[in-house]
Amino acid sequence: MSATIKWYWFASPQTFYPLAGTLARGCAVAAALLAAAGLYVGFFVAPTDAQQGEAYRIIFIHVPAAWMSMFLYVLMAGWAAVGLAFNTRLSAMMASALAPTGAMFTFVALWTGALWGRPTWGAYWVWGDARLMSELILLFLYLGFIALQAAIDDPRRADRAGALLAIVGVVNVPIIYYSVQWWSTLHQGASVSLTSAPRMAQTMLIGMILMALAFWLYSIAVSMLRVRCIIKEREA
Amino acid sequence: MSEFFAMGGYAFYVWGSYGVTFALLALEVFLVVRRARETKA
Repeated sequence: MSATIKWYWFASPQTFYPLAGTLARGCAVAAALLAAAGLYVGFFVAPTDAQQGEAYRIIFIHVPAAWMSMFLYVLMAGWAAVGLAFNTRLSAMMASALAPTGAMFTFVALWTGALWGRPTWGAYWVWGDARLMSELILLFLYLGFIALQAAIDDPRRADRAGALLAIVGVVNVPIIYYSVQWWSTLHQGASVSLTSAPRMAQTMLIGMILMALAFWLYSIAVSMLRVRCIIKEREA
Repeated sequence: MSEFFAMGGYAFYVWGSYGVTFALLALEVFLVVRRARETKA
């Protein structure tokens, strides 16, 4: 019972505002420490790859960024759906706050993928490759969400329109994830999955997990700072 | 040291990835902090 009351209490933008600031500070410090540890493991502890040499070290940002790009989209669509269903202002604000960070990580996944593809596949970009195209569509979904919300003056109408776009676009996330199984693509299959043992050296996996945690906490920190701006701008 | 930066001949790809990524992270932090200052004023 008390838990229920607390959730509704934090659902008010005004009460959430100071909490978001505290969360942002704590997560920013943790993200910096984890990134430092992840970079140390990634560059100095993890061994050189037998096939790809040092080029594989792009993995420590490429895979965590790609994970974040998909995870943040699902989170954004989830908040948007909650906002649409319960008409809660803060949920819609959270969705808007996540979109730029998600778009940034999607771009990072594509950029690092291009720079990794060139030395390993011989091409920066392959038109028509299922994994690459579905990730590019994800970037367009994020940018479409941001542009649509920016184009509508009334914030509540912008929330609803953005929510519809975000929810419809969720279908793309499993397509990205399973694209390497459903279609023939240059992209390799998952090196890490929930159902089988990781197919890589232990230290490589640790470096990747540390960077993924760093990106995760970074995303919380920066989206909390952004939701504070949105609260201030809208509730002023 | 120079061997480290050479990345076994993949310097452009490795540092191009890390450089752009961390530049974008820094840019996003800069933009959101600036937005916070503007909304406070």
